[in-house]
Amino acid sequence: MDYYLIGELSINGALVGLMYSLVALGIVLIYKASRYANLAQGAFAMTGGYLCVVLAQMLGLPMWLAVPLSAGMLFLLGMLVERLMLRRMIGQPIIMVIMLTLGLEILLRGLIPGSMGSAVRKLDLGIPQQPLFIGEMLINRAYLVGGLVALALIAAAILFFNSRVGVRMRAVSDDQIASWSVGIRVERVIAVAWGLAGLAAAAAGILWGSVQGVDWTLSLLLLKGLAIAILGGLDSIGGVLIAGLIIGIAESLAAGYLDTLVGGGTRDVVASVIILLTVLVRPHGLFGREHIERV
Amino acid sequence: MFYRRAGLRHTRYTQDRQLWPLPFDRFLLGLAIVLLVLAPAFLPSLYIGTYLMPWLLWTTATLGLNLLMGVAGQVHLGYGAVMAIGAYGALHATRSGVPFEFALLIGGLLSAAIGVVFGAAALRVKGLYLAISTLAMQYLVDYVIIHVPAISGGTQATLSAPPVRLLGFALTGDSAYYWFALAMCGLVTMFMLNVRRTSYGRALAAVREKDFAAEIIGVSTFRYKLSVFWVSSFIGGVAGTLFAFCYYKAVTPEQFHLELSIQMLATVIVGGMGSVLGSYFGAALILLAPVVLNNGLAGLAKGLSIPINADIAAHAPLVLYGGLIVGFLLFEPLGLAKIYANLRNYFLVWPFRHARR
Repeated sequence: MDYYLIGELSINGALVGLMYSLVALGIVLIYKASRYANLAQGAFAMTGGYLCVVLAQMLGLPMWLAVPLSAGMLFLLGMLVERLMLRRMIGQPIIMVIMLTLGLEILLRGLIPGSMGSAVRKLDLGIPQQPLFIGEMLINRAYLVGGLVALALIAAAILFFNSRVGVRMRAVSDDQIASWSVGIRVERVIAVAWGLAGLAAAAAGILWGSVQGVDWTLSLLLLKGLAIAILGGLDSIGGVLIAGLIIGIAESLAAGYLDTLVGGGTRDVVASVIILLTVLVRPHGLFGREHIERV
Repeated sequence: MFYRRAGLRHTRYTQDRQLWPLPFDRFLLGLAIVLLVLAPAFLPSLYIGTYLMPWLLWTTATLGLNLLMGVAGQVHLGYGAVMAIGAYGALHATRSGVPFEFALLIGGLLSAAIGVVFGAAALRVKGLYLAISTLAMQYLVDYVIIHVPAISGGTQATLSAPPVRLLGFALTGDSAYYWFALAMCGLVTMFMLNVRRTSYGRALAAVREKDFAAEIIGVSTFRYKLSVFWVSSFIGGVAGTLFAFCYYKAVTPEQFHLELSIQMLATVIVGGMGSVLGSYFGAALILLAPVVLNNGLAGLAKGLSIPINADIAAHAPLVLYGGLIVGFLLFEPLGLAKIYANLRNYFLVWPFRHARR
């Protein structure tokens, strides 16, 4: 056994997993507030990456301005989507909402690369290229920065649930009608959740864009995000963190060890396998609340 | 006025329960059947091969998915994978010498057998979780097909389908394939029209409305959920085989990617969930709209001499699909079938609107 290789794969995998979990964070926030899942989260991330590129390169803004500006625009986009689309769907069957967000994903995936150019764009956040050495292990600096930012944002999300708005969001996720009756504006809380999901997506899109370049493939982050959200439990923020680490490490190890055996591509299939195993063994995930239905 | 009801007296239950009680509906149906059967006589063969036949094949597949989504209320984001299994199964069967009639059945049965595995997830979870797990299965099936050379013939390979021989006759020309597709589509349509009037269909409706409530009144959700996945995957496998043999005349993994699953789902939603007629409308809209849009864009570019950006032209169909799905869900959640029903209701009493109940 080569412990250095395992260590290197695990550390890089864990950092990548943290970056994935930013996508999952948005899904979980929306699910917690409204019981709906946003399947357009991947396209949101892509939009965030594109906006940042456009602001920085076409309009020539400095990066420290372009990043928060695109995050703010995604916050608005999230709230707009909730106001214009999701609020009209209240009371419709869940399949309609799933299809609506999927339709939004397709729409954005066509609209954004179509109007801003489909070629891969480079997004330079100013992170040095050369890897970091710990002993004999190589660590990608871009992953390190991305993982730390993701960690900070998830920690901020956990802290956010102790704030005034956060407490309201917990109440809404517990029981919408009861929250309504004590004077919480449920629709506003849900809108804030969508805005925050947009924010998380923008962070994910910008960080990934700096690693692999910005093009439509950023929207494929959706599957990883879904896998993390399902494994951690759809309504658990802490679960996002743990599941992100698990999936990142599993992917990295599978790519490192199994690819040579089966001829490549295992990285992309790990998320699917984990989704299926979770659904069959423990549908509510590691930390999610079990959903009980009564007649 | 058009859908005249005056003078219709049903004196037996069978008359009242028939599929089309109004003579005008029967007339429209007869007209549609005659037009479809005779289409090769008056339409150029290019239209038959590139528009009408794919429309019928897409409708067949949509009907299968509609059974699952509209009648039984299950979500399926991996229907493209189910169709791929049927197509590859039938293709390898014919390549090893099995006659096409049996290969079609083998494709269907293989899809059904694996489709039941998709259904196993439906026993455990539903709604959102089911959507995500079928999505995951779509990726898994794609992965297996691409990475097992025995199935796909290696990465990036295209397996060409042998010409179809049916009951000893070789199908030659677009019209023969077209009539074959029409016959298969008609079969599936008849099944779909009647299934809701059987005890099986009513049990599925109970499962759709509330599965645990159905369980309590004695409808075994275990049995019906698995069997509806079986039936719908069988139809999907047959449709996938027809796609491969009649339309593409070849099989590649790309034909059956997630894109196709989403397209199928969009067709069901745009057409109207649970509606047979809606499946025909939806397939027509989803297939024809990109063609019309591309021609329109090209015409616009030529007529106004504005160069249309290649990026915009390439992404226009995606925007259109997304826009159609979002637009229909927001403004007409019951789809084109509901628009037709509104029109029909209007003309039912047309010059005498005050007589509407």
